[in-house]
Amino acid sequence: MNAFIRAENLTYAVNGRKLIDSVSVGFDPGAFVAIIGPNGAGKSTLLRLLSGELRPSAGRIAWSGEPAEKFSPAQLALRRAVMAQGAALAFPYPVHEVARQGLAVVGRRLPKTQADKIVARALAVSGAQHLSHRNFLTLSGGEQQRARFARALCQLKAAQGHGRFCQALLLDEPTSSLDLEHQLALLGAARAIVASGVTVIAIVHDLNIAARFADRLVVLAGGRVVADGPAAQVIDEALVRKIFRASMRVDRESETGLPIILPQINSGRDIHAQAFLERF
Amino acid sequence: MTCDLPLSGGQDKRATLALTVAVCACLAAVAFGLCLGATSIPPSRVTSALWRELVLGGPGAAEGEHFIVVGLRLPRVVLGLEIGAALALAGAMMQGLFRNPLADPGLVGVTSGAGLAVAMTIVLGEQIWGGGAQWLHVAALPADAFLGGLAATAFIYVLATRGGRTSMTVMLLAGVALSAFAGAATALLSYISDDRQLRDLSFWFLGSLGGASWGKAAILALALTPALLAMPWLARGLNGLAFGEAEAFHLGLRAEVIKGAAIGLIALAVGTSVAAAGAIGFIGLIAPHLVRLMAGPDHRVLLPLSALCGATLLVGADALARTLLAPAELPVGILTASIGAPFFLWLLLRDAKRSDPT
Repeated sequence: MNAFIRAENLTYAVNGRKLIDSVSVGFDPGAFVAIIGPNGAGKSTLLRLLSGELRPSAGRIAWSGEPAEKFSPAQLALRRAVMAQGAALAFPYPVHEVARQGLAVVGRRLPKTQADKIVARALAVSGAQHLSHRNFLTLSGGEQQRARFARALCQLKAAQGHGRFCQALLLDEPTSSLDLEHQLALLGAARAIVASGVTVIAIVHDLNIAARFADRLVVLAGGRVVADGPAAQVIDEALVRKIFRASMRVDRESETGLPIILPQINSGRDIHAQAFLERF
Repeated sequence: MTCDLPLSGGQDKRATLALTVAVCACLAAVAFGLCLGATSIPPSRVTSALWRELVLGGPGAAEGEHFIVVGLRLPRVVLGLEIGAALALAGAMMQGLFRNPLADPGLVGVTSGAGLAVAMTIVLGEQIWGGGAQWLHVAALPADAFLGGLAATAFIYVLATRGGRTSMTVMLLAGVALSAFAGAATALLSYISDDRQLRDLSFWFLGSLGGASWGKAAILALALTPALLAMPWLARGLNGLAFGEAEAFHLGLRAEVIKGAAIGLIALAVGTSVAAAGAIGFIGLIAPHLVRLMAGPDHRVLLPLSALCGATLLVGADALARTLLAPAELPVGILTASIGAPFFLWLLLRDAKRSDPT
């Protein structure tokens, strides 16, 4: 009823094409919600609408009951941090300065020692501590993602100095370039933040990861929410086949009922595709 | 625990070192600027002339060495410091705004836009206002140059930036087109101008501190004040813009306000510089680049140090321009362009090599 972030009949259209089509969804404080769905389902668009970066064509978003348009960029920055997908950096900043940018507005009045401490801890939590003096532009994709995660953490942490209000962390494919170790580390860090009351909304492609780290999955297809609930209920072979058009075997963990999704080789391709591939 | 180690120590040390180097170089350039020229005056006599003028209240010896130092070279050095600082600051702001280290007011047509406005004021101004009001002429030149620069900056920005991304290709090519158009219009104006106007125009084309006066120095000081006051705020904003406008918004910044302020300040700095000394190129490209090499890309350090570095470069180049062909005087714009153009090519080739994996 009183969700922290609530979207009602959210629609976003470009040139008459609805990328997001009357989506109503709420996010409770201290919940880890994974948004899943095939390419082009509108996952990133939904996240950009929630962050305030895009204005909805119709519908509304409320933060703790107050309409999102009421908030200035600085007020929004106190309530949510965003880790978007790799935008290019223009100048060769060292990693610790990239992380420190999280403090640009919300941590402006922090004393330097305290700011340094937040930056150092955020880098350590993100597994980017040893990179702190490296040039961001020379890092690998995964290392850059860790630095950007640290920046979002800096912003969340510094914002907590401004009083008590609910916070959200919006992550757009945060683990897309990470190796296994750092995928688990980043999502583990996100879970720990959730435990302290922050809402995490993450776009995730790996269904096994989503099922294990998120409390709830929101399945998006064609700009609409097609399923919403705990992983054990949402994911089955029928949904994976219908929404992702992929033939996967879905087993269950015996105690938790969580799905285990395994790929099946030779999905039923159509006859022309089969013929084309055979002549290779 | 190692994670509590101060992180920015190395950075601060680099910035301090760069600041020390820049201050020393600036003092040296000022000393050269006052001592060197058609007649060399030893530093001791320069010091005593300054002492007599500034501390003892000026004995009024408006002749000889005293006049050269206090009446000619001092306003010229002060104007050179201001214009160098203004151009370098405009370059650094523009690079941050366009998110591109190759942006420069001269290269993208801002200087030409301001120059066209200056040429229009010189040639057409008298026909509009009549020749009488001298003060109007003095005030109209920088004001028009500012408007010309503003129009050019906004034009290039709107053309080259789509969805928070600036296309370097569009920016440079639009700059070429804008410069060509402004050049053609300026040439047309010089074609219909009389002899005296033509002399004023050619002074502008070459770019020189030769017309320095305390009046011009005062106008530049006025134009620099808002840029200097806004610097800490703008530096934070430009750092936030380094990942693009969307990310700046995520951090809580108002990207449109930062962009608008930067465009206005660039136009003000370049416009008044062009009105006072004509088209002096490449200071805005070289100074910020040198500072980035020494102290890194953080705009909180980059903006003030670029101003200092640009001031040093222009005063130094002007001293050189006055001594190379002494007693004749080389317009300093020729000197900065002949050093700056190869420098720009080198930057361009280096960047091309980096982005090309083959």
